[in-house]
Amino acid sequence: MKARQQDYMKMIAQLFMVFFKLGPSTFGGGYAMIAAIEREIVDKKAWLKPEETGDMISVAGSAPGGVAVNSAAYVGYKMAGIAGAVTAVLAITLPTFSIVIILSILGLMYQDVPKVAAALKGVHAAVVALIIVAAFKIGRASLLDKSTLLLAGSCVLLLLLTPLHPLYLILGGPIAGIVIIAVKQALGRAVRTEKEADPQNTESDYLEYYI
Amino acid sequence: MLWELFLLFLKVGSISFGGGYAVITLIQREITAKDWFTPGRFQELVALAGMAPGSIATNTATLIGYSQMGILGGIISTIGIILPSLLIVIVFTAFFLRMHGNRWVRSAFYGLRPVITGLIVYAAIHFGVGGEKGTLLSWSTLGMVLICAASLVAVMKYKLHPFAVILLSAVGGIVLF
Repeated sequence: MKARQQDYMKMIAQLFMVFFKLGPSTFGGGYAMIAAIEREIVDKKAWLKPEETGDMISVAGSAPGGVAVNSAAYVGYKMAGIAGAVTAVLAITLPTFSIVIILSILGLMYQDVPKVAAALKGVHAAVVALIIVAAFKIGRASLLDKSTLLLAGSCVLLLLLTPLHPLYLILGGPIAGIVIIAVKQALGRAVRTEKEADPQNTESDYLEYYI
Repeated sequence: MLWELFLLFLKVGSISFGGGYAVITLIQREITAKDWFTPGRFQELVALAGMAPGSIATNTATLIGYSQMGILGGIISTIGIILPSLLIVIVFTAFFLRMHGNRWVRSAFYGLRPVITGLIVYAAIHFGVGGEKGTLLSWSTLGMVLICAASLVAVMKYKLHPFAVILLSAVGGIVLF
């Protein structure tokens, strides 16, 4: 009994170490991290079997929140229950949290230096580009037909023209999806609900929400 | 105030489907309603959040909390935005795997994903043109468009790592502005 408790504590400590180390490598966020997690968790530690990473990605990508944090919660929970999940999430968040605070302190100290403001402006432009890339990637995986295109288009218009809270869109999306599929099936039309895997494209084709 | 921060990010965290950029839209709507920052200041914070590793949504939450209430505010906001993900992942891990192939679940995601796309597109539009004051055709606007276009090409065509793009753009900003 005591040995088992020791094993458990050892597992918790290991979870902390592994995800603490993975934290700073989440530059580029989410899906950029899946590869790092696979290397560490599947290859080195053998905590998950290779075929289990698919489950991890589908859970992490479907729950709200960042994929990296969600993956940490998934692995932590699998290995050591709720305490494991909490430990892994804490460990992966701590390094980035510290970096953000330091950046923020530096940013406040030097925000009036013209060249710092200039650098931030450059970063601002790059972030716009990264958002466009994210939109393009998720668009490619989610805009499968006219209905989905219409749905995405009306979302953008609603957000631009009305002060509607995005919560209603997020709640409305799944309802619209269920209605559209039901109608199409009633009309006897075949619908794809997911993008088919493209054998030509070996590059990660997960829904890339990332960062 | 602490409680208000916690509740705000708890709410954002529970509906933050789509991870990072879609959430910027959510946070921006909430913050505008509360009138805590000017739009320009909010965009500065998001740019700063983009420079750190990790999710841009979580980082933005940390920064907003920190700028409103110091370290404690940062901690509370970060916990607030992460807690729902943690709970939901645990529940999903226990139940979701069995229902992943379910027709209803697939239909729901079929509708949810375009909405997320819409949120991200809006974030790009808002973040791209929202904070610019003054004339549209100025050296500053031109420089931003230039850096943005170069970043796009770097990521899409040359598969440059996002962080490398962010660093190079900081250098570009120093040179141009």
